[in-house]
Amino acid sequence: MIEAKNLTKRYGDKIAVQDLSFTVKPGVVTGFLGANGAGKSTTMRLLLGLDRADEGASSIDGRRYQDLERPLSTVGALLEARAVHTGRSAYSHLLCLAQTQGIGKKRVEEVLSTVGLQDVAKKRAGGFSLGMGQRLGLAAALLGDPAVLILDEPVNGLDPEGILWIRNLMKQLAAEGRTVFVSSHLMNEMAVTAEHLIVIGRGRLMADCSTQEFIDRARKDAVLVQSPDADALAQAIARAGGVVTPNGTQELIVADLDAARIGEIAAQEGLVLHGVTTQRGSLEEAFMELTRESVEYSADTGKGTNSKVTGGSK
Amino acid sequence: MTATTVGRTTGTAGRVSFVNLLQSEWTKIRTVRSTVWSLVLLLALFLGLTAILVSLTVATWDDTDAETQALIVDDPAAVILGSGFLVAQLAVCVLGVMVIASEYSTGMIRASLLAVPRRVPMLAAKATVLFVLCLGVSLVSAFGSFFIGAPILEEKAPVALGDPGVLRVVIGTALYLAVLSVLALAVGALVRHTAAGITGIIGFVLVLAPLVQLIPGKFGEYAHAYLPTEAGILIGQTQQGSDDLLSPWQGFGVMCLWTVALLAVAGYLLKRRDA
Repeated sequence: MIEAKNLTKRYGDKIAVQDLSFTVKPGVVTGFLGANGAGKSTTMRLLLGLDRADEGASSIDGRRYQDLERPLSTVGALLEARAVHTGRSAYSHLLCLAQTQGIGKKRVEEVLSTVGLQDVAKKRAGGFSLGMGQRLGLAAALLGDPAVLILDEPVNGLDPEGILWIRNLMKQLAAEGRTVFVSSHLMNEMAVTAEHLIVIGRGRLMADCSTQEFIDRARKDAVLVQSPDADALAQAIARAGGVVTPNGTQELIVADLDAARIGEIAAQEGLVLHGVTTQRGSLEEAFMELTRESVEYSADTGKGTNSKVTGGSK
Repeated sequence: MTATTVGRTTGTAGRVSFVNLLQSEWTKIRTVRSTVWSLVLLLALFLGLTAILVSLTVATWDDTDAETQALIVDDPAAVILGSGFLVAQLAVCVLGVMVIASEYSTGMIRASLLAVPRRVPMLAAKATVLFVLCLGVSLVSAFGSFFIGAPILEEKAPVALGDPGVLRVVIGTALYLAVLSVLALAVGALVRHTAAGITGIIGFVLVLAPLVQLIPGKFGEYAHAYLPTEAGILIGQTQQGSDDLLSPWQGFGVMCLWTVALLAVAGYLLKRRDA
């Protein structure tokens, strides 16, 4: 269980995270979604005690990270930026971390084979590819067999096989009852991995709901209508509250009304329909739609320090 | 939720012990090449320069003026050890800075601090391991230097380990190097940047400290005497200079105080700053 309460972090006069509160529950993969620069990494660094919050507090299983007795056995973390001495071998890197908690060499070898690095364990980490580096970071996160995992963009740099592997690993870890909190800037990735989503934009909470709910709420479905009486139909639809965009002389794109309703309107008005097709909006669009508000706001005022604006859509 | 896998490792044992941290820091320091390089360099420079410079002293003995000859005869141990270590100490400075600054340059510091979120014990363990390792290698270097230099200097200025103050000079030189490594560690922890840290500590030892000597009057005299390296080096001389303000052990004490103070500031900032 991870809890953040009113977290605020400033770097100079730039606000990275503002009044952010959320709870991450065990047993499901919780996605932490936001555009690049939205404050995901900063939030994770605050949770992990690497940065100090200017205001607010966070806890893991009810305690501040700094107060955990055996942090690596409580929380496993994969940070976005590499956290490995390039001159040290993968094995030695994990060993020196394990030793701080009295974790044995056997466990080091175990996690190395879990992430598939056993054959390069004695090689210097500086020569690792991005994907291998991610695997090594994951091995470090798993070292203490922690009940809470905080993973910052874990699929970065992984090949498709690696991405699939990490998705399954995260789901498995969550199924074992662990708390899995994973950040990404890719909506599509989160849609297939996370059951629950915490979405931030410009350091503020935009949504905290199930992934399905988020998609349903944010996705704008459009209906493509083909009719020889396009003009008359457009007026009728507009009267009923639909938003119509003409698309050629005999086609309309309608938002805010579903296909069934459009069919009813056409029947009432006695207009001919040649086709009514629902076009599903993409997840990326949904995400963009939801975060647009915060982006526009920042473009308007430049610095983003005005505290009156509520960017949240919740 | 399967209670068997979740949380079974949490709270089963007490807090991380300092011995665990020492083990970890020992693993860290022995598994990077820079450690081996700098310690081999320390040994090679120390012993090599002793052999070369002491031989030169003997070879040019007849051209040396009587005053210098008298100084050498007065304190041959300081001549032998001083010939090697003046340059060799730079290797120790580099190692001390690297041990912490390379963690910042590679990002390793984040992994270290995740494992030891209270931070200061990590720095303390690092300083302890570095001190003990450097003391060990420095003792080998210092005794090696003495046993290489003494036979060469034998005919001009005989000296034995049993002579008054000589053993203190040899061990004291090693202690100076070990403390210097921790001083460099503190500087590295303060600036968190390898190049800046190395430039800082070496610039201080080789440039700034000698320059302070040029400040005229009593202030310059005292400022110079109480600088960490200038005070610390007194332990490497058997004879008190007539104008030395501090005794050898006092001087070494001053250097230790500087080191502890800088390390304390580094620890405070480590705790305060974002990693």
